[in-house]
Amino acid sequence: MAMENILSFLGAALRLSTPLIYACLAGLWSERAGVIDVGLEGKMLAGAFAGAAVAALTGDVGIGLAAAVAASMTLAAAQGFVEVERGGDQIVCGMAVNMIGAGVTAFVGAALFAEGGRTPALPREARVLPFVWGQDALTLGAFGVAAITAFILYRTRFGLRLRAAGENPRALDAAGGSVRATRHAAVAVCGLLCGLSGADLSLAQAAGFLPAMTAGKGFIALAALVFAKWRPGAALATCLLFGGLDAAAIRMEGAPLPFLGVIPTQAFQALPYLMTVVLLAGFVGGARPPAAAGQPYRRE
Amino acid sequence: MPALGAPPALRVFGVTKRFGAVVANKDISLDVARGEIHAIVGENGAGKSTLMSILMGMVTPDAGEIFVDGVRARIRSPRDAAALGLGMVHQHFMLVDTLDVLDNVMLGAEGGALLAAGRKRARARLADLSRAHGLSVDPDAIVGDLPVGLRQRVEILKALARDARIIILDEPTAALTPDEANDLGLLMRWLAADGASILFITHKLNEALAVADRISVLRAGAVVATHAAAATDARELARAMVGRDVDNALSRGDGPPGRTLLEARDLTARGADGRARLSGVSLSLRAGEIVGVAGVAGHGQSELIEVLAAMRRMESGALALDGEPVDAAVYDPARARALGVAHVPEDRSRHGIVGEFPAAGNAILGRHRDRALGRRLLDPGAIRARCADLMERWDVRPRAPDTPVGRFSGGNQQKLVFAREIEAGPAILLVGQPTRGVDIGAIEAIHRRLLALRDAGKAILLVSVELDEIFALSDRILVMHEGRIVGERATASTDRREIGLLMAGVVERAA
Repeated sequence: MAMENILSFLGAALRLSTPLIYACLAGLWSERAGVIDVGLEGKMLAGAFAGAAVAALTGDVGIGLAAAVAASMTLAAAQGFVEVERGGDQIVCGMAVNMIGAGVTAFVGAALFAEGGRTPALPREARVLPFVWGQDALTLGAFGVAAITAFILYRTRFGLRLRAAGENPRALDAAGGSVRATRHAAVAVCGLLCGLSGADLSLAQAAGFLPAMTAGKGFIALAALVFAKWRPGAALATCLLFGGLDAAAIRMEGAPLPFLGVIPTQAFQALPYLMTVVLLAGFVGGARPPAAAGQPYRRE
Repeated sequence: MPALGAPPALRVFGVTKRFGAVVANKDISLDVARGEIHAIVGENGAGKSTLMSILMGMVTPDAGEIFVDGVRARIRSPRDAAALGLGMVHQHFMLVDTLDVLDNVMLGAEGGALLAAGRKRARARLADLSRAHGLSVDPDAIVGDLPVGLRQRVEILKALARDARIIILDEPTAALTPDEANDLGLLMRWLAADGASILFITHKLNEALAVADRISVLRAGAVVATHAAAATDARELARAMVGRDVDNALSRGDGPPGRTLLEARDLTARGADGRARLSGVSLSLRAGEIVGVAGVAGHGQSELIEVLAAMRRMESGALALDGEPVDAAVYDPARARALGVAHVPEDRSRHGIVGEFPAAGNAILGRHRDRALGRRLLDPGAIRARCADLMERWDVRPRAPDTPVGRFSGGNQQKLVFAREIEAGPAILLVGQPTRGVDIGAIEAIHRRLLALRDAGKAILLVSVELDEIFALSDRILVMHEGRIVGERATASTDRREIGLLMAGVVERAA
C-alpha cells in the first residue's frame, strides 16, 4: 500500500512537472540569448488550444501536436519580429502575447465548437497516452529536451554564441557572429517548447482544451527559471520539485499532518512562489540573469 | 621598418561617413605600412571611433575605399574584417565576462559546430602565442575574474589567435598603470617588428610620440596632419588637434595652505557585493591646496569620493568638516552641500546631469532650495536667468538654457556642472575625473579654474586616472591601491615612475 502510494505520488509529480519543464526550458533558451520572455503562458495556451482543436477535428494526435507547435511558434515568430528585429520592449511584447493567447483561444474555441470555449472531449486515438511506467512520450521527452538543451548550450558553437548573445551581444557581433540570427533561433526554440508544454496540458493531462487551462504555469516556469539560475540541469530539478509540491498539495487535501493538523492546499501551492520571492530577495545566493537580458541589440 | 615598393598593408582612401547632418568622417585617407605603428590622435568626437568601426565592418561608409595589401577590400561585417586579417583591441573590451578565456578567444571562430575540437586548438594556439610573445594567461580562468590588464591581454590574444596582421588598438592604455602601458608599448613594437601593422588610437600625445612611427591627427572628422613621430612634438600635435595654439603652462600662487577643512580617519566602505572597497583610509585637506588621488581605475578612488560626498555610506571611520565632527547617520548629499562641500561627480551622465532636462534645470540640480529661485514654487524665469548667468561666467556654449543638456558637448556639460557647484561658494570641492570626455579647450579652462579656486583658498580633492592631470594640478598626491592609500608624496618631490609603482601595488620600502 505504502509502496503503491509512493509510486502514484511520483507518477503524479512527473506528470505535473512536464509542462513546467518544457516551459521553463523554453524560457531558458530565450533568456540565455538575451530575450526576456514573460509570454510563455500565452504561447502555451495557443499551443494547448491549437493542439486540442486540430486533434478533435482530425482525430489524429500527431497532427494535433504539430498544430500546437505551429501555433506557439507563430506567436514566437511575431515576438522575434518585434523584439529582435524592431527592438521593441520585451516585457510589453510578452504581455501582449499573453493577452492574445488568452483572448484568441477562448474566442476561436467558442466560435468553432460552441461549448463555451472548450474543445470537444478527445477520443483515445487523438490523445498522448501513457505507454511505459504509466508515463507518456511527452513526459519522457521533457528529460530528453533538458539533456539536449544542456548539450547544445555548453558543447556547441551555437550554444556558445547564444550565451554570448545573452551576456554581451556587442562582443558576439564584433567577433563576427550574428546576434540577430542567434536570438531569432533561440526565440523559435522557445516557441517550439512552449507548444509542447501546451500540448501536454490539452492532449496528455486532459482530453481537450479549457479556457485559461495553463492557470499561471507559464509564470511558475519563469519563477523556476530564476530559481534554477538559468541552468538547464537545475531547471529540470526545480520543475520536478515544483511539480512534486503540486502533487503533494493534491494528496494532502483534507488530510491532517502530524502536529500541524489540516493544512490548506493553497499553502502548498504557494510554496514555489514563496521560494522564488525568498530567492529574489537575495537570501539564497544571488540569481543573476544574463547580463544583456531584456536589452534589444543595436549597433552604435 | 616598412619595405620599400610594397603596397601598404592598409590604405584608407577618401572615406566619408555622415550620420544625419553630422559628418563623422570627411574624406579620410591614410596608409599603414607593414611593420609600422601608426598612431591616430584626436579629441573626443573627432571621428576616431567611426573610422575604426568602418575598418572593422561595424559601420558602412558613404564613400571611399579601403585597400588591404594593395587589394581593394569590401568590409561589410566584422567577419569580413577578420578574414582580411584585421583585428581590434577595443577600449571597452569585447569580452564575455561569464565565459572563460578559451571560449572568449574562440567566439566567432569556433572552427566547427561542436566546441571540443575548437577548444583544443585554441588551447594549443594560446600556448604558442604565450611562447612567442610572452603573453601568458590561464586559458581556463573566467574573464570577469581577471584584472583589467589581463583582460586586455585576452583581447590582444583574441586578435592574434585569428592571425590578425593589422591590429587596431583603441585607447588601450586608458585602464592601465604606467608600467603596464610601457609593457604594452613594448609589445606593440615587438608585434610590428614581427611584421604586423598597428593602428594605435589615443588621446595621449606623449604615448603616441613614444611608440608610433607616424602620427595622424584627426580633427572634426578629417585628417589634418600626418607627421613622422621623430619629426614632431606634443605642441605641434596639440595645435593640430585643437586648431589653435594650446597654452598648457599653468600658474599657481605659492602661498602656504591654510587650516584643515576636511579630515577623514579610517574610512571603510563596502561595495554592493559585500567586498571591501575602502579599508582604513585617512586623509586631510587644507584650504588653498589641491590633493590629487592617483590610482588605477577601480582601486577605491570612486568610493572614497562618494563617501566624502555622502553618496555612499561609510561603514566605519570619522569625518570632520572644518573641525566639526560629522554625524555619519545623517550625512546625506543635501547636508554635505549645506556644510559647504561641492561635488563634481566622475560619472557625469549618471550623477552630474539629467541629459533630457534643459540646461536650466540642470543648472540648479541639488541647488534648487535656493530662495532666489522662487519661494514656494520654482520660478522658471529665475532658473533660466541663473543658468544664463552661469553660462556667461563659465563660457558654456551654446548659451541656450532651454536646450536639453545631453545635446551639449562633453566639455560644455562639464563646465555647466562646475559652474553649478562652484558658484554656490563651497569651501571644499570634491572633483572626480574632471576632464573625462572633455575636449582640450575645455580641459584648459577647467584646469585654470581649479588652480584659481585653490589660490582663492578652497580645499580641492582631485580624483583622476590621468596622471598628467594629477601632476599638473596637485600640491600633494595620494596613491590608492586595493582600497588603501599606499603612499603620499609632495608633487615636487616625486615623479611618474614612483607614483606608477605605487599604483601597481609595489609596496613602499622603508627608506
